[in-house]
Order: sequence, then C-alpha cells, then structure tokens
Amino acid sequence: MGGPKGNQWLQQLVFVGPAFIFFSIIVLIPFFFGIYYSFTSWNGISTTVEWVGWDNFKRLFSDRHFVNAFLFTVKFMIVTVIITNTIAFLLALLLTRALKLRNLYRTVYFLPNVIGGLLLGYIFQFIFTRGFPALGELTGIGLFQLPWLGTAGTGFWAVVIISVWQMAGYMMVIYIAGIISIPKELLEAGKIDGASGWSLIRRIVVPLVMPSVTVCLFLTISNCFKAFDQILSLTGGGPFKSTETVALDIYFEAFTRNHFGLGSAKAIVFFIIVAAVTMVQVALTKRREVEA
Amino acid sequence: MTDDKYSWRLLCLELLAVAIALVILAPFYFVLINSVKSFAAILTETAAWPREFVWDNYLRAWDVMNYPVAFMNSLIITVAAITGIVILAAMAAYRMVRHPSLLNKLLFSLFVSAMVIPFQSIMIPLMKVTSQLGMLNSRWGLVCAYFGFGVSLAIFLFHGFIKSVPREIEESGVVDGCSPYGVFWRIVFPLLQPMIATVVILNALWIWNDFLLPFLMVNSSPSLRTIPLSTFALFGEYTKQWDLAMAALVMGVAPIIIFFLALQRRIIEGITAGSVKG
Repeated sequence: MGGPKGNQWLQQLVFVGPAFIFFSIIVLIPFFFGIYYSFTSWNGISTTVEWVGWDNFKRLFSDRHFVNAFLFTVKFMIVTVIITNTIAFLLALLLTRALKLRNLYRTVYFLPNVIGGLLLGYIFQFIFTRGFPALGELTGIGLFQLPWLGTAGTGFWAVVIISVWQMAGYMMVIYIAGIISIPKELLEAGKIDGASGWSLIRRIVVPLVMPSVTVCLFLTISNCFKAFDQILSLTGGGPFKSTETVALDIYFEAFTRNHFGLGSAKAIVFFIIVAAVTMVQVALTKRREVEA
Repeated sequence: MTDDKYSWRLLCLELLAVAIALVILAPFYFVLINSVKSFAAILTETAAWPREFVWDNYLRAWDVMNYPVAFMNSLIITVAAITGIVILAAMAAYRMVRHPSLLNKLLFSLFVSAMVIPFQSIMIPLMKVTSQLGMLNSRWGLVCAYFGFGVSLAIFLFHGFIKSVPREIEESGVVDGCSPYGVFWRIVFPLLQPMIATVVILNALWIWNDFLLPFLMVNSSPSLRTIPLSTFALFGEYTKQWDLAMAALVMGVAPIIIFFLALQRRIIEGITAGSVKG
C-alpha cells in the first residue's frame, strides 16, 4: 500500500508498538498521574478530586510517619550496603581460591537469594522469636536471648541481618566475575614487585573490580530503598513503626489511611531521592574505574 | 612459601567456607525440623531433632493454603508473563538496534531510564489505571502488568546483545526472500538464545517471588492467589501457629529451591551476565 515508507511505519508499529503500549499503560501513564495526584487531596474513592497545590509536599516535612520512615530507610540503607558489600567481597576473595568444594559453597551462599522476601521474612520471624531463644538456652550466649523483634534497636539489626543474609550471595557472584576477569599477568607482576596479601588486594584487585563495585552498590542501594516484602513479614514495620521504610509508609498512607494525594506526594519525593542517590553513586564509582 | 604451608592455609580457608555455609543453611534446618513437630514440641524443644514426625502439619497447610491452586496460579502467571516479556522485548530491541532513528533512540532511553522508578512510586495511580481498564482480579490483567514492568530491563539486555549480532547473517535471509518478520523469527530470534536464558531467569526469580503487585491486583479473589499471597493469608489467619506455618513455608520455598538447584549453574551465569551488563 504505502510503498517502502508506509512499510517502514508498519514494521515500527509491529515491532515496537506492543512493548510500548504495555509500558505506557503500566509505567508511563501511572507515573504522570502520580505527579498530578500529588497536588490533590484525593482519597482514592470520591469522584471529585480537589487541587491543593503544594500542600501535600509542605506537609511531608512535618509528617511524623514520613520523616521517621525516611531516617530509618537512610540508616538501614547505609549500614546494610556497607556490611553486604564487605561480606560479599570477602566471600568472593575466599571462593576465588583453589578450594575443593568451591562450586558447592557458591551454590549455598547464593541460595538465600532465590527465596522471595515475603517468605524469607516469615522464616526469620520464626528464627528470631523461637530459634534464637532456643539457641540461647542451649549455649548461654546472651546475643541469642535478646528480644530481637521486640525493641526498636534490635529490630533495626534484625532487618539488617535478614537483608545482608539475602543479598550477600548475589553480590558475591558479581564480585567473583570481576575478580576472575583480572588478567593473571597483573597479579603475577604485583607479586614479583613484592606486593603480597592485603597490599595486592588493595592496590591491584580493588581498583580492577571497580566495575563490579559500581553494579553492586547500585543494586544494594536500590534494593534497600525499595525494601518492602521482607520487612512487612518480619516486623510489619514494628515495633511501634520503628522499622518502617519509606516504601511501607507510602503503602500505609495510600491503602490503609486512604490518603492517595499525600501518598502520591511521598511517592514522588521517594522517586526523586532514589533516582538522585543512585545516579550520583554510579557517576562517582564509574569515575574510579580503571582499565586493566 | 613451601607447598606444605600453603595447603595448610588452604585447609583453614576450606573449614571457614564450610562454617559459613552452615550458618547460611541454619535457618533452613530450623524450619525443616520444626515443620514436622507438634505445636507443643516446637515451643519446648525448638532446636532438637523431632521426637516424632507429625506429617499432619503438611496436610493441614496444604488445605489452608489451597496449595495446588496457589502453585498453578504462580506457575501460569510466571510462565505467561515471561513468554510475553521475551517476545515483546526482543522484537522492540531488534527494531531499535537495526533502525536507530531519532524516535527509536528516544524510546530506548525512555525504557531504560524508567528502570530507576521504584514500584512503590507508581503503585497508587497504577491501581486507578488498572481498575479502570478492568485488569484487577484477573490473571491476565496481572500478566499484562508484568509485561509493562518487565520489558524495560529485557529491552536493555536484548539491545546490548543484538548489537553484537552481525548484520550479514540477516542479509542471507533477505536474499532467500524472507519478509522482515520472517528474518526476525527464523534468523535473529534463535540467535538470541543465550540472552533469552538470562532474561527468563531474572524474570522467573522476580515474578515467582513477587508479593506487592499481585497483592494489590488479585488478592481479593482467593482463587487467584499465588504462593506468596496464600502464605500471607495463612500467616494473617493463623498467627503464631508455628506447626502450620513451618510446613507452609517449606512447601512455599520448595518449588523455587528445586528450580534453582536443578539449574544452578545457568542461573548464576545468567544473573552475572544480566547484572554486569545492567
């Protein structure tokens, strides 16, 4: 019909059209609607939507739930990202040695990651409330006898522990790929120059695995920001909302308190923060990547 | 360093690796042994090996979770969503690589930059949009939602892969008289196999385990509940009934663990390929 030109448009439509339609309905349109709702006081049900300007955003700063959730999320993110990446890197160093059962260890270390956050949270709810006290009785170690999910302080560490347990194996796999790709000659040259042990790791391995560091930091930071399932099932955000992340707060604001407008404002601010932090991180760590 | 000393050090590392493995496996051990104890035994001797095996826990959890239905829902939704994501994304990525027009470059950066949007940032309006389109409380509505969320990463991964496929291979197909669609399906698509494996694995782990999206979209119809949703319902209804809960957790994690152990090498390779590119 339309000759070569029309044919090209038809092909464009057939190849890209379907993906773009689903993407628009599910991601793009809701994203822009969300910006609109954040300037309204909509409750999710009523047919009239009242425009309130910047009111929701002004309220955020004095919103106790949001401020507390935000502080918790940042603290949780920083601690978890540091611990997860340190452990993952050390595990990767361990598994790049000539160990006999290397593949078995890799499988076991990775295993927690295939379990979904919700089920993982329930498993650890049992471990913290029943398993730890039982171990405490057997061994007499005080650490096990703490009320892990009962206080804000221990609740924080419970959430950190479960997140590290879940993510470390995944990051380890990425670090292993980075370490393996370091040319052997460089390590040999380093050894000949007298570098050994830690200085070999610090001067040669660490700079050369920076691409893996970029990826792992990005993944752990965004996973921590988005943490929802495992916290919902482990603590439900408690005790006394002390382990509520921003993601949980947005959910409660919209779907239990029915403040869709305020919830949308939180969601937009949340998006801006996540995007800004991850972009700054990627830019910073990318600059430190070096060519082998 | 002498050989003798070296293997000594290696042995220490080997033991350390075993110890770490045991720490990681300990929670699974606890859940497993307690899933076959009576409620009283769980409370009084949590750490001990079960004195008698109470298989009844499993029968009750099976009924409460409506396990066969939940399993089939999880399976159908995961398989249908992945099939769609692979096909839609491979087609779009192919066109974008081979015709890098301004429009396609723009679309590609739109798909890619949307990956930083956290789900919780758009879930509120998403509920409004999907409800107006009649997508709520429907398996297919949920599958379509996964298409929308899944295509971004898949397009990004296929895009990188197709760039490395030489154009000459396609030209032989054109000479043989294939239409552009024929070239894609018969020549390009089969070549994408390694990246398809990565996309399938990444999406399988995500969709099978996903909680919040199905919770918002289908949880009010019990017959559509997936494994995470029916586990959530069980824990909500039978609080602290650990005998029931432990059996439910074992049955809940069993399918994905079996899947992982069966394909572990490919899964770990696929994840590495996906993240290093991503």
